[in-house]
Amino acid sequence: MRYTQSVRGHGYTFEGLVDLLAKASPARSGDVLAGCGAASAVERAAARWALADVPLTTFLSEPVVPPEDDDVTRLIWDRQDSTAFAPLAHLTVGGLREWLLSTAVLPDAAHVLAAVAPGLTPEMVAAVSKLMGNKDLVSVAAATSVVTSFRSTIGLPGRMATRLQPNHPADDPRAIATTVLDGLLLGSGDAVIGINPASDDPATVATLLHLLDEIRQRYEIPTQSCVLTHVTTTIDLIERGHPVDLPFQSIAGTQRANEAFGVTLSMLAEADQAARSLERGTVGQNVMYFETGQGAALSSDTHRGTDGRPVDQQTLEARAYAVARAFDPLLVNTVVGFIGPEYLFDGKQITRAGLEDHFCGKLLGVPMGVDVCYTNHAEADQNDMDDLLILLTAAGCSFVIAVPGADDVMLGYQSTSFHDALDARRLLGKRPAPEFEAWLERMELLGPDGRLRAIDPGASALGRLREIAP
Amino acid sequence: MSDRTTETFWSALRAETPARVGLHRVGDGVGTRHVLEAAEAHAFARDAVHGHLDVPALAAELDSLGLGPALHVPSKALDRATYLTRPDLGRMPGELPPLRADRADLCVVLADGLSAEAVHRHAVPVLRELLPLLDAGTTVAPPVVATQARVALGDHVGAVLRAALVLVLVGERPGLSSSDSLGAYLTWAPAPGVQDSARNCVSNIRPPHGLDHASAARTLARLIGGARRLGATGVRLKDTGELTAPPEPR
Repeated sequence: MRYTQSVRGHGYTFEGLVDLLAKASPARSGDVLAGCGAASAVERAAARWALADVPLTTFLSEPVVPPEDDDVTRLIWDRQDSTAFAPLAHLTVGGLREWLLSTAVLPDAAHVLAAVAPGLTPEMVAAVSKLMGNKDLVSVAAATSVVTSFRSTIGLPGRMATRLQPNHPADDPRAIATTVLDGLLLGSGDAVIGINPASDDPATVATLLHLLDEIRQRYEIPTQSCVLTHVTTTIDLIERGHPVDLPFQSIAGTQRANEAFGVTLSMLAEADQAARSLERGTVGQNVMYFETGQGAALSSDTHRGTDGRPVDQQTLEARAYAVARAFDPLLVNTVVGFIGPEYLFDGKQITRAGLEDHFCGKLLGVPMGVDVCYTNHAEADQNDMDDLLILLTAAGCSFVIAVPGADDVMLGYQSTSFHDALDARRLLGKRPAPEFEAWLERMELLGPDGRLRAIDPGASALGRLREIAP
Repeated sequence: MSDRTTETFWSALRAETPARVGLHRVGDGVGTRHVLEAAEAHAFARDAVHGHLDVPALAAELDSLGLGPALHVPSKALDRATYLTRPDLGRMPGELPPLRADRADLCVVLADGLSAEAVHRHAVPVLRELLPLLDAGTTVAPPVVATQARVALGDHVGAVLRAALVLVLVGERPGLSSSDSLGAYLTWAPAPGVQDSARNCVSNIRPPHGLDHASAARTLARLIGGARRLGATGVRLKDTGELTAPPEPR
């Protein structure tokens, strides 16, 4: 269907929903690279007017990516719950924005928003985000509640967890153990202790899995570990009896993009079942860990939809969350600024994308965290990360990534630090996951005022943690 | 507990990892020294990304290798801002100078990529170590210096030269602790549209912290020999421990 909009006497035409969504999207370099972004600021304004009038039911009949070519669209449409959708079925995209903002201030907002989540498709959620300001995205996300658990509980109100990310360029176990120690002493690691290995060699991955598992068991830490390698490698390691808590996989919003990552939906289901069968969780059995990021599909030239048109990167990103939610994951995070300036040019675009991703994930019912990050060829610096971290903490972000001094020495990019997470928690009154908080108290790391104490690491029981490394 | 006790504990561990562990904590922030160190490292990385390749100086250095006069090929990305946002343009040559299709066994392209500094520091020294290691009789085309260029630009150059192999030495994306890291990409039967999986890569050439010039050259010589015997590069070529997945910039 063709959409038209007149702005101050000048007419604009949009060739279908894919074109309309792309032109209504806030400016970003990836949509320019794909050739689908608005050609001018006024064309973008016109597209937003037109998008505001689109009934939500349109998204159930006009596919952004044709279902006959794409199992992600089929998954979205098969799982869409019409009963949950009923209270919203009469709304337009513009009407949904107002409904969300009205709902967000209600005392039972979290319950109401969770109830409609199974009725929402990622395209509806992406569409409404394009009409929302950054503060809208923060406000509505803060009103949602998505709670998951394994050995710790993620996403409870008033809590923000961290992934302790102890990467090392040579996967050196002692150096990794040193970073784990640093992070634990700074109260980090309640979402997961998760390593991106430099090598994808299964023997290396197994060594790191055992290292993290032994550290966790020695100190009885109520958290989970993960070595982020391809899901097929993890399935093999589970079959060989290695201690896998969470299978990890990068996912994206089209079938072809997932194929470019070497995964299918059935592989993800197999990994989920394999890890659940181990029953390693204590307070819950959410086991999957997914990472996403705007631009992933474009980077593998798998971003086209209806009529072969390029789909904007934010809409495709929201579709990745529909893939994630099908597997009831423990953790999902967008690696928002990692992909580079050809997709998100500067701090402004990274900030906007981080807030969009978090909002869309949460509204769809996904336990959403964010890797607040940038690369050195993006027009961004640590101040942009400070801003986004504070915004996301206020938005109720489930977890953020924490690395020593914000510097990931393996992946060569900057994220947020252990100290940054402490500061953001204190500023906005957030606490660690409850099981992990109790552990910090047992280890005498947490003072009676809830502040993390500075202790002598050499005199602490944790001081000998590195002896576990081979 | 004193700051000095904590500092003594961490200073021993810091020797074992490049990670910024055990930073001096002030409130829920870090000490001034760390903030300035991190900002300084970012400044080096930023300047490396935005630095220009000094083409005449590099061409003069290349002259000493005896491969013939170097040619300059700018990409279709006319400036750094375009280069950063349009990877497609950085993969294509702008105007090609007159290149002779002399069907050499190997052609070499030096591309600024994301760090001109890396190319200035390491590209010619790697070639100086590499050339004597090539099998006797290996023919090498006059070198090409490519600016605002990504790895795939070498495919176009190699195709015009009808070279059997193209070796692209390119400045890698600067990290906070490495603004001068060079990558080397080897591609058999270069032609526009080659997949990245059909290349072999030696990355992190950056003495004294990364791979040294002589070691990189030995690995490349083994790969070049292997590629010529196999008639291919990419996942099928695995005769060395130095193969890695191609990182940015592609």
